[in-house]
Amino acid sequence: MPVFARPGQPGASATYASRYDNIIGGEYVAPVKGQYFENPSPVTGEIFCEVARSTAEDVELALDAAHKAAPAWGKTSVAERSVILNKIADRMEENLERLAVAETWDNGKPVRETMAADIPLAIDHFRYFAGAVRAQEGSLSEIDGDTVAYHYHEPLGVVGLIIPWNFPILMAVWKLAPALAAGNAVILKPAEQTPASINVWYDLVKDLLPPGVLNIVQGFGAEAGKPLASSGRINKIAFTGETTTGRLIMQYASQNLIPVTLELGGKSPNLFFNDVMDQNDDFQDKALEGFTMFALNQGEVCTCPSRSLIQKQIYDEFLSAAVIRTKAVKQGDPLDTETMIGAQASNDQLEKILSYFDIGRKEGARVITGGERADLGGDLSGGYYVHPTIFEGKNEMRVFQEEIFGPVVAVTSFDDYEDGLAKANDTLYGLGAGVWSRDGNTAYRAGRDIKAGRVWTNCYHLYPAHAAFGGYKQSGVGRENHKMMLDHYQQTKNLLVSYDPKPMGFF
Amino acid sequence: MLPPVTAPELRPDDVSGELIPELPGATPGSAVARVAATPATVDLLTTLAGQHGPLLLHQSGGCCDGSAPMCFAQGEFIIGDQDVFLGLVGTPASPVPVYIGGQQFAYWSHTHLTIDVVPGRGAGFSLEAPEGFRFLTRSRLFTDAEAAELEAAGPAARGEWQPV
Repeated sequence: MPVFARPGQPGASATYASRYDNIIGGEYVAPVKGQYFENPSPVTGEIFCEVARSTAEDVELALDAAHKAAPAWGKTSVAERSVILNKIADRMEENLERLAVAETWDNGKPVRETMAADIPLAIDHFRYFAGAVRAQEGSLSEIDGDTVAYHYHEPLGVVGLIIPWNFPILMAVWKLAPALAAGNAVILKPAEQTPASINVWYDLVKDLLPPGVLNIVQGFGAEAGKPLASSGRINKIAFTGETTTGRLIMQYASQNLIPVTLELGGKSPNLFFNDVMDQNDDFQDKALEGFTMFALNQGEVCTCPSRSLIQKQIYDEFLSAAVIRTKAVKQGDPLDTETMIGAQASNDQLEKILSYFDIGRKEGARVITGGERADLGGDLSGGYYVHPTIFEGKNEMRVFQEEIFGPVVAVTSFDDYEDGLAKANDTLYGLGAGVWSRDGNTAYRAGRDIKAGRVWTNCYHLYPAHAAFGGYKQSGVGRENHKMMLDHYQQTKNLLVSYDPKPMGFF
Repeated sequence: MLPPVTAPELRPDDVSGELIPELPGATPGSAVARVAATPATVDLLTTLAGQHGPLLLHQSGGCCDGSAPMCFAQGEFIIGDQDVFLGLVGTPASPVPVYIGGQQFAYWSHTHLTIDVVPGRGAGFSLEAPEGFRFLTRSRLFTDAEAAELEAAGPAARGEWQPV
């Protein structure tokens, strides 16, 4: 199978410029203070481009452009906006390999995933919201014979979107597609670890959107994210990240009285009931694959199934098979289509994972496999690689309670249904969960009893549009990936109309 | 131009070395410190305090940069009544209170935290990221003696630390 050429090498499907400015009002605009930051590829650790290090002044320029564009964009017909979103999707589909290679180079994830998941899902997301907004209807309420309440969906105006680094293009699209479909102008701030691939995407679609409808301001959270999130000129802020910044974003939003949606991660339990091992068949194979999903995207997924809870009777047998499955995960050059696990997105992420190996061991968790950094040789030695790791321990240990955001699963057993559910729910978070059982009643009950926004039942890590995604507990506010997300980017206009020609008689 | 920054020299071995001695009032109600900082962290905090004024650290949770300690100017991030004050790091002239969310503390309270720093570029709004560094929490279990002393000291302090 092929190894894709790296951006910059002959024959590469994607190329990167050496420098990226902000995108404001349909133009590339240099940052006001003239500063840039260097962007390394996690694949090798080497710098491949520099990116605008924006400040409040740049955010203001983007706000100017967005406010200029928002009124006309908000009044386009849903048919027009839908056509544009579909064209964006088509353009992406025609350039799938380019986007996939660019994403792999910026983020470190294997090209197998960007080709099969990130980019196809992003394409479908645009199509989904192109359709959803066409099918959306307002409502009317007949108050009495002469009085009618009409309800219209109106855009919020200008919205701020702060994007994480684990799926740079897909997470941008999860927010962009509904925000644009709903008729908002957008200011998007990519993560500073992965600022580059969105530019490759923008280059492909820039002629499709009116100037100022989509503005991209690059830079650091403290310098560019804060002036965006705290601006009195945005009508909504959406953020994916962690809890402390989530609180800060809410705090800023409270000062401006604007709505917020937050996706703040989790520590997702993956429950395997005894009957999984009743037969050695496709379902058992699928369940073992479901266990191994903790390594997908190097574990850098908010819903990483990073707590595996296995019922006692099958614990040893299931775990033995799961270890074999985990050891079969191929680690290598992310641009090799055979590679299943690539590089962690940044050095600090790598360091954090290593710090969890340390506390895991200190707490007495047993490393069954992995537990160390991987050196892949050649110039990949400069990249940020970690061996898929299985810890065995107890649910109260910190490796069971914190989202390590690496290819690390913490495994323990449970006695019966009640014990399994108690352990599953013993967490601050409630974003995702997995339930595996051949018994529909058990699977259904467990799915309903787990306090999480998404319970994968006899599957894991599927992210189709039209299935709502969002958190319970400390995992956030709001639901993405579903037409209900349109509501998060709209406000309701009620026209309360009287058809009675006579006065009310009060005065 | 943004103010120039003198990057602290990174000393990766520091974490196993001498930690900053506890500051006065650093460990409310107990002689056992819940949190410490490496010298590299103290250097970077001093640099950041020079740019931004008095600082605080808040231990994050959740995805992406969750589990990283976030550094903000005091007053920028509102400390709530449920936040646990873990202790002070930094220098006596420029103490930095460290906090963690109350519910998260329940899962972390059996571990001692050391705020370290590594090269990197964390997301979030933490003040050190533009300097090319990322604060990182390293942890160890409290010894039985420390745990007993903390237990005897009663519930951890909640809410904003007040300088004496």
